[in-house]
Amino acid sequence: MQLFTYILMGFLIVCAVSVSLSKNLLNSIAIFMSYSLIMSVIWILLESPDLAITEAAVGAGVTSVLFFVTLKKIQAVINEDEKAEEDQTEGKEENGNEQENQ
Amino acid sequence: MSRKISDEKYEKTLSFRLKRWFEGTKDPFLDTVEMKPQKEFRETKEEKEQRAKEKQQLLERVYDRNHNKEILLFRKLYRVVSVLFCLCLVTVLLVAVSFLPPLGDADNPVNNEVPARYIESGLQETGAVNIVTGMILDYRAFDTLGESHVLFIATCTVLILLRRDGDKKKKQEEVSDRLHEPKNDVILQTVARVLVPPIIIFGIYVILGGHLGPGGGFSGGAVIGAGLILYLNAFGFKKTERFFTAKTYKVMCFGALGCYCLAKSYSFYTGANHIESVIPLGTPGAIISSGLILILNICVGIVVAGTMYTFYVMFRKGGY
Repeated sequence: MQLFTYILMGFLIVCAVSVSLSKNLLNSIAIFMSYSLIMSVIWILLESPDLAITEAAVGAGVTSVLFFVTLKKIQAVINEDEKAEEDQTEGKEENGNEQENQ
Repeated sequence: MSRKISDEKYEKTLSFRLKRWFEGTKDPFLDTVEMKPQKEFRETKEEKEQRAKEKQQLLERVYDRNHNKEILLFRKLYRVVSVLFCLCLVTVLLVAVSFLPPLGDADNPVNNEVPARYIESGLQETGAVNIVTGMILDYRAFDTLGESHVLFIATCTVLILLRRDGDKKKKQEEVSDRLHEPKNDVILQTVARVLVPPIIIFGIYVILGGHLGPGGGFSGGAVIGAGLILYLNAFGFKKTERFFTAKTYKVMCFGALGCYCLAKSYSFYTGANHIESVIPLGTPGAIISSGLILILNICVGIVVAGTMYTFYVMFRKGGY
């Protein structure tokens, strides 16, 4: 059991460091979720199941969802298909402007 | 001595102007400053490139980034110092942790008469099998009341910051809301149909069993809120608005907080005046036991569940 705890602690540190080092915002939120999940398992090992339930629901669930929504609102999450679409629409607008100028 | 001055004179005084500015009857910048409606900022690709190039040139000319020795030195120093600072902070924290008493030791300073009282007579005094719940909702119920209010105030602040007014903006918001997601995702809907009822039932179980086992109002409410968010994501606002609108949230939150206040005022009143409480503690281990704790748990659960869901809705749409 002691070994298991140490492995979880190691995971925790790896997660915490990689959250700050990850370039992709979406990835870092996913890693943050796994951090909370590991933390909730550690809470159970420390014999506080109350906190474990709260950590799993709030830390891994609601907080990450709020982060996702915020990323979507500031348009940091854009698929590649949509990127291509946006480029196309930009091109169209530019063509339209040129026609107007002529 | 004060005497009345004529209106013309009065209009020239500072106090009149201050009063006018304070009441907002006259805009001081109207007709004095030339005002133009703001134009939308737009530039073509070439202009954008030109601007970036100019900025680059400016930076190179002013700072001479490749040759200026001071800036180069500063950059190197900055990196080294930041790493050193981090290492120092980590060392200080680790040293502080190494002086902490070992976990679960009998001679720890936390093991004084307070936890002894909680453990020895907690079951008798509160009727809750779960000592943690007994502590949170009986001995320290005032803290929990403040906690619920903090949550409520946080929602109010989010409401003030993120709320959108006006039909036009709301429609735009709804259009952009659906921009990055697939509509009517079959996998998500099927999974949600299977998962949402168990999640919500588990949340209710955690709330109701708060005084018997691990759990309580906050965790159960968070679980229910997460279930509601999943349901909303799968089926959209049309389905959730049948049972959860802004009015529902207001009624729920106000009712729950008021109920909490009333219940706790009663127990504070009886406790402070040494009056025997009318509410029976019941047999420990039964669902309906431990006096007011069950009611308080339900109240906290309702507030938390509503708050979680409202947070999500506000972040996504800026209003119900």
